[in-house]
Order: sequence, then structure tokens, then C-alpha cells
Amino acid sequence: MEELRVNEYNLKDIYTIEAGNFVTAGEASSNIKTLLKRLGVNSSKLRNIAIASYEAEINLVIHSKGGQMELLVSPNEVIIKIDDIGPGIENIELAMKEGYSTAPDSIRVMGFGAGMGLSNMRNNADDFKIESKLGEGTHICMKFNI
Amino acid sequence: MTIEQIANKHGFATVTKCADTSRGIKSAYCCDLLSWVMSHGTADMALITIHTHMNVIAIAALLEMSCIIIPENIEIEESVINKADEEGICILKSQKSAYEISGLLFADGILPAVK
Repeated sequence: MEELRVNEYNLKDIYTIEAGNFVTAGEASSNIKTLLKRLGVNSSKLRNIAIASYEAEINLVIHSKGGQMELLVSPNEVIIKIDDIGPGIENIELAMKEGYSTAPDSIRVMGFGAGMGLSNMRNNADDFKIESKLGEGTHICMKFNI
Repeated sequence: MTIEQIANKHGFATVTKCADTSRGIKSAYCCDLLSWVMSHGTADMALITIHTHMNVIAIAALLEMSCIIIPENIEIEESVINKADEEGICILKSQKSAYEISGLLFADGILPAVK
């Protein structure tokens, strides 16, 4: 994935997401939203960013072995990069399909695992890129014009 | 209508201790599929759901919802109530079903959110 020129961004923040921890799930997205609200990002864009970042965060909790979310803010755009340490997605095309999910029943009874996560991210971001390798990990980059 | 007015009119119990009950409810939504709620929920909405875990609070807070209404007197853990208070999200509870609560709110003129 194309490396971002980080020094062009005035604000950078990193959040560590723990696999399987449903109690703290959403805290990173909440912090991101509070921060961007303070920076004056308009409420409709804030909503897009909150939805996409929450879906990314809950996906890390449900599916990954753990990972991190990185927030980069410039005067014109917000970038959220998500990197996990595995297990990776076997078939990205299938995973992107609305309604497809590999979540176990224990997750479904909580109201998740509907196969909406990745498509919610793609639909709310102005630019969405995903790369994944089975046995290695998944990397997502979402860009929002502000 | 405000959360307080709805609660008083229909006998819903206010479970949270300090979340603002004078806040208005502009629309309502009844759904238990939280990813669906995430993409269809809006600000100042009342969410009717049977889920009482922490993530419902996170979603309601992120979307700046007005309140959460729990049907059929489903038990809510203290830690979840505390989190809701912390986030300023009011939780109401009723012995009525999600279907009945939806009907009551609709009859009160609380309509679906305008897309």
C-alpha cells in the first residue's frame, strides 16, 4: 500500500485495539470523533467518519488478533489507517459483499456479524482501500475529505 | 417530545441516573442488528433494542442518539448503566414489547428519521 507522507499531516494519533475486548470497543472511535469535532469537522462528515471508524474498530475486536488504528488529519482530509496482526482475509471480494460474514454465533447474538462492516466503511469513506494476506494481516486505509 | 414526557406518559422507567431527560426525541428506530443501526441511525433518535451490552451505548453515543428504550424489562447490568450516564445517553425501560413501544411512539407523532 502506498505510504503516506506523514509529515504533511498536522495531527497524528494511534490507538491500540485489543482482540475480543467488547467492553472497550468503541473507545478509539469515540476519541477520534471528539477530537475531530473539536477541530470543527462538520456533523455530516463526522457521522461518516464515526460509522466507518466504529465498524473498523469492532471488526478488529471481532475478527483480528489485535491491531491498531492510526488517525491522520490535514486541513483538507482525515485518514484512518487500520493495521492488524492477522489472521488475514482469505477472499476480500467475498468479505466485501453485504451480508457475508465469518463471525461466529457468539458474535451474532450481540447484534454483530451481519456482514455489513466492510461495506459500511466503503460507503462512508471518500476513498477506501483494503489489502490482506491470509496468515499475515489486513490493512485498510480510509480517506475522508473535510 | 422529550424523553421525560415519553417516560411519564407511558410509564417507562428511567434507568440512568444523570443523563438529561429533558432532551428531545426527533425520531425513533427499532432494530437489533447493530451494524444496521450504525448505518441507519441518526442524531436525536430513540433506539428500541433488546441488546443491553456496552456496545449499544457506544453506538448511541457515536450517533448522538437521544435515548435507548429497552423492552420487556430486560435486565441491564450496572456497568452498562454507568457507561450510559458517562456518555450522557438516557436509558428507558418498559415491560411492553419492542412492537408495542414502537406503536406508542408512532402514535405520539415520533416518526422515522427523514433520510
